Amino acid sequence: MSVPSETLKSLVKAAAEQVIASAPELTSLDQAIGDGDHGTNMKRGCEAVLGKLDVISAQPLDEALKMIGKTLVMTVGGASGPLYGSFFLAAGEALSHDKHLPEDLADVFGSAVNAVSARGRSQVGEKTMLDVLVPVLETLKTAAGQPDLIARVRTTATEAVERTAPMQATKGRASFLGARSVGHVDPGARSSCVLVQAVCAGLEARP
Amino acid sequence: MTDTVGIVIVSHSSDIAKGTADMVRQMVGSEVKVAFCGGNPDGGLGTSVPLIIDAINAAWSPKGVAVLVDLGGAETNSEMAVEMLEPARRDLVVVCNAPIVEGAVMAATEAAGGSSLAQVKAVAEELSAD
Repeated sequence: MSVPSETLKSLVKAAAEQVIASAPELTSLDQAIGDGDHGTNMKRGCEAVLGKLDVISAQPLDEALKMIGKTLVMTVGGASGPLYGSFFLAAGEALSHDKHLPEDLADVFGSAVNAVSARGRSQVGEKTMLDVLVPVLETLKTAAGQPDLIARVRTTATEAVERTAPMQATKGRASFLGARSVGHVDPGARSSCVLVQAVCAGLEARP
Repeated sequence: MTDTVGIVIVSHSSDIAKGTADMVRQMVGSEVKVAFCGGNPDGGLGTSVPLIIDAINAAWSPKGVAVLVDLGGAETNSEMAVEMLEPARRDLVVVCNAPIVEGAVMAATEAAGGSSLAQVKAVAEELSAD
């Protein structure tokens, strides 16, 4: 699928702006169980993406995703840089190799999720961004082709974030807190949800 | 001078990175190339992939480079930086699972004796063994 430049531009812009708007909340969540920099780090990365928006949206989708990934890797300044960077790099790479949207959406998203898992040496259930991305992937698989796919993805993401609160972190800085990490929503799960919701909202708003 | 493995120190704090590099140089003088970086792209606490790439290239040796890191993000960003190096250099850089200060001093001391990259990494990582 070729994505019109204007569509790509509005989706990337909306997603980056939503993350930037969520930065205070992400920082506050990260202050509870991490080192308190997730909001400022994601904001820095998303501002860098916005700074290249015209160049990014002029690319074919696979190259645009790789450019977003590389920009996040080079500018975020925390572990979330390589984690989100690997997500977008892998998604772009999958599209460069025989995968096509919309029919291969679950496959492409799956490649991206696997890249996050490998980069963080983490699995679902460890109170990380994977606890949103993996349930979203499952919904993309089970509801593929359904007319209410976007609505189901949105519900999945929102519910998945809340389910991270009772989890005990075993990866990342929050794992240092042990049982004290229980009761707080994971900031990475939250930022993943913000991105998923922003892209879904952008797709819903298409004419 | 024969080639020795280069050492790179990556901390969230530029003060810790510099201080660790000072301690390494006190041990090994100028026999080993040492580079360090700390701080995110805005200069706050954190790590930066472009700065790590620059440090690896600054400490470059044909025998390879051992990278010592502090907390999680430093490790993840260092692994990412290694993957972004030119292909010929990628396989000659290792991120050590070792405490940053002790690991850097031990690794540099081993490197100064002309040891291989695998030996330098092993000596640093002995510090993390149970």
